[in-house]
Amino acid sequence: MSDIMYILRSDNVAARRIGDELMIMSARDSSLYSLNETAAILWQAADGVTLLADIVARDICPHFDIDPDTALRDARELAEDLAACGILQCSPNPFGGTPQGPTP
Amino acid sequence: MNAPLAAAVAGDIDIVIGGVCIRLRTGSVPFIAGVADRFRGFLQPVVAPDHVLEVTLSEPTIAVGDAVDDEVQVTREGPFWQIRRGDFLAQWDPRTRHGHVRMVPSPYSLDSVIRILHTLILAEQGGMLMHASSVAWGGRAFVFTGVSGAGKTTISRLCPADAHILTDEMSFIRPRDGAYVAHGTPFSGELGRPGENLSAPLAGVFLLAQGPHNRIDPLSPTEAVRALMANILFFAHDDALTARVFDNAIALAAAVPVRRLTFVPDARVWDLIGTDA
Repeated sequence: MSDIMYILRSDNVAARRIGDELMIMSARDSSLYSLNETAAILWQAADGVTLLADIVARDICPHFDIDPDTALRDARELAEDLAACGILQCSPNPFGGTPQGPTP
Repeated sequence: MNAPLAAAVAGDIDIVIGGVCIRLRTGSVPFIAGVADRFRGFLQPVVAPDHVLEVTLSEPTIAVGDAVDDEVQVTREGPFWQIRRGDFLAQWDPRTRHGHVRMVPSPYSLDSVIRILHTLILAEQGGMLMHASSVAWGGRAFVFTGVSGAGKTTISRLCPADAHILTDEMSFIRPRDGAYVAHGTPFSGELGRPGENLSAPLAGVFLLAQGPHNRIDPLSPTEAVRALMANILFFAHDDALTARVFDNAIALAAAVPVRRLTFVPDARVWDLIGTDA
């Protein structure tokens, strides 16, 4: 995967907030996933057209004491893990939208 | 055909589980006799059934013993549900509450069709069938679920003499007036006999584990939902139905205590259930 990554919520899942956790159920195999706070932020921001780097800068760095490079690296690993579970899609290109390109 | 307006005719048999009446319509007297025996205690002629299922009997194309091991396929075809296994093929229209099934003349095959149909009916009503035993005691119902071998039948066997076993295999749970009610079912497991056709307000769901001491431990909200989802019976790989079942589990977990019950397999566990639940 290149440095440019877009993420999109899979459409065959149901997401519900239960207490402090976001719980995702895959309709494909009825698997259940509980997302921690960071994963929930990523999943909810995964609109397919916003760069992962922009999501990290906008939604993660301001809320956690973490440097941007580390946050982006962790977010990329997390996104790939969620994609492996089938509840998120990752792509070097935007999903069904106009490429935004990295923000300056 | 509008199911609730269907009049009973010769060859009809009404099966009422959890207050939901499914009228079977078949011309086979021997088959009706087998069904009456299989569902004894849950037969109640009604004027207006909730659902009507036309039954056509056919010779098995493969041995029933092999057929029942086949995986059930439940798919949505437009407005219809199609339910298929080696020993039956059913189509169900939830709008008219009417369907038909072509099946081998086995009450056990019919048992499977009825269970699957109830999973679809209950999901739309906020209820569920759950792999669980349930017992009514002192005006309250307790549901016991868990993996195979966790003790669902054992704990129902150990219940007090004045308790009623609603089922040792498949619990029937429906919402009513903002709470939940557990109903008896004819679906039996190791006990080998149907549950009592009674109902009671659901006071708790227990995820069973066996251990050296009797104890009840809380589950987090997500643990509770996981426990319920792992044991709610549903077959269709359908996005809308899956989401509905998920929502039903969340609603149940929010309304009824779902806890882990670790127990020693003797009757004293019911002292704990009676005092702590």
